[in-house]
Amino acid sequence: MLVGHQPKEFLLAVSGLTVSFDGFKAVNDLSFYVEENEIRVIIGPNGAGKTTVLDLICGKTKATSGSIQFRGQELTKMRENEIVQTGVGRKFQTPSVFEDLTVFENLEISFPRGRTVFGSLTFQRDQPVKERVGEVAEMIFLKDKLNTYASELSHGQKQWLEIGMLLIQDPDLLMLDEPVAGMSVSERAKTAELLNRIIKNRSVLVIEHDMKFVEDIAHKVTVLHQGQILSEGTMEKVKNDPKVIEVYLGH
Amino acid sequence: MINARFFNRSELIGFLALAVLLFVILPLSLDIFRLNLVAKYLTYAFVGIGLVICWGYGGILSLGQGVFFGLGGYCMAMYLKLEASSVENTKIQSTPGIPDFMDWNQLTALPFFWKPFHSFPLTLVAILLVPGIFALIIGAAMFKRRVGGVYFAIITQAIAAILTILIIGQQGYTGGVNGITDLRTLHGWDIRTDHAKFILYFVEVVLLFACVIAAQFIRLTKLGRILVAMREQEDRVRFSGYSVANFKIFAFCAAAIFAAIGGAMFTLEVGFMSPSFVGIVPSIEMVIYTAVGGRMSIFGAVWGSLLVNFAKTSLSESFPQLWLFGLGALFIAVVLAFPNGLSGIWADYVQPRVDRLFGSRKSGWNDNSVADGAPAE
Repeated sequence: MLVGHQPKEFLLAVSGLTVSFDGFKAVNDLSFYVEENEIRVIIGPNGAGKTTVLDLICGKTKATSGSIQFRGQELTKMRENEIVQTGVGRKFQTPSVFEDLTVFENLEISFPRGRTVFGSLTFQRDQPVKERVGEVAEMIFLKDKLNTYASELSHGQKQWLEIGMLLIQDPDLLMLDEPVAGMSVSERAKTAELLNRIIKNRSVLVIEHDMKFVEDIAHKVTVLHQGQILSEGTMEKVKNDPKVIEVYLGH
Repeated sequence: MINARFFNRSELIGFLALAVLLFVILPLSLDIFRLNLVAKYLTYAFVGIGLVICWGYGGILSLGQGVFFGLGGYCMAMYLKLEASSVENTKIQSTPGIPDFMDWNQLTALPFFWKPFHSFPLTLVAILLVPGIFALIIGAAMFKRRVGGVYFAIITQAIAAILTILIIGQQGYTGGVNGITDLRTLHGWDIRTDHAKFILYFVEVVLLFACVIAAQFIRLTKLGRILVAMREQEDRVRFSGYSVANFKIFAFCAAAIFAAIGGAMFTLEVGFMSPSFVGIVPSIEMVIYTAVGGRMSIFGAVWGSLLVNFAKTSLSESFPQLWLFGLGALFIAVVLAFPNGLSGIWADYVQPRVDRLFGSRKSGWNDNSVADGAPAE
């Protein structure tokens, strides 16, 4: 390292991350860094380990070795709910909302207050909660569905609801796993609009296959292949990388 | 406390109907023998209410609620037994002042864990704390390691079996297979008279309604909604910043404490406690009562306990061999055809007609219980 060179403050610093499932290394010595307010898209062929990377960051999968630093805190040692409380939010690939609860109740559960057992016993549905839920519901186009059970929503609406549940957590790092997969064209446009609005003032890590969508939102793209980084940089750079064209974009 | 916000309209009707039945109709129409039987049935309703919270809402199927029912019952029985074993009453024993079965088993002093049960307040505390702490230990050991579903159910079965074997094996300390019998007075008050049974029935019903209200309170807080959320999408709850294990432990402990209150009342109503109410079979029967009543409905659990036990008594009086087959068939029928039990049938078929009759709209509570078609885990 050069004398006088100060390492930049990264929001998320992943270094030497490895996870092995019975000898198979789904993620192999992976390092990458995400800055404040950066929108990073991870692309790559199926089985490249994209979802596994998100699983590792949010604590769903435990790393075999390596480190994940978020604002200087080591995430690999924490439990999932503690990671959420440091400010990492995760959206799953298939919409995971609570179908037996209403849209209001879904959003309310994500409201970051009363997260302990006794906190939730004494939780009051007061004005700030109602206002925030209303605000978010409006953003995710579900304002008039607050009392609808989530089971009655369409696939796209469920995706929005889950995004809304993350939004209400107000995370510093938002991780989205294929947010527009399985959506109709009009839903897709609305989602892009929604994402563009919610990614302000936070860092976002997105997995996506829709290249047009990626071009629209990405600041920087990381291409994964067999658990390792194949290429990284701006969309322009990545698109013209011969290795990327060969394993991914060429198909 | 009971207002339109706490109970919606159909729940309020359910509450009042149950209150009228238990406080007025049954005491006026039944003789003391039958009323005491009802009191015995109702002790299982406490277990059922706990199962509604733990299994219906939280999705945690425990096949070992007999353990907590038994612990509550044994705590009460130990107090009553010590009171019945005064030096005066036991002067023919080689060691007067200790329970008779200890004397038969050559014990010469009261074991240390029996000593707190000389005190009535300590006994009341123990009835709640012993099962509560035991559930806390089991829950923490299982749920922190993410043991759930069928595996958890099997482990609770094993615990029920182990506790039964332990009680039977440690005859000198527990009364063995006969249990703790010949109980006479509660704080000097003879519990064997008809008058006492009548009073105890009302004490029990009051406690039952207290538990109904406590369970309804849990159901209506955010914790109640988190339990439902957890049953469906455990990961989403985790990634919303909640410790799923802690919520499961809470639900399991709450169910254990409800069961223990039922067990303690059982000892008072029936006058003894034995390992036959602790093991695998009674534990499964308790789940059946809840399933028949409707595992999503607090009132359903009470009705289920009453009706199945009533059927059990009348059928086993007339066809002793057939009863167990009947119980099995009932359970299969409920699981296959009516996953929400009697309360589901009520909500699906009866309530809409009643509503049409009175021209009112369907309430949210019905939507909720109908929407739940999740298979029993």
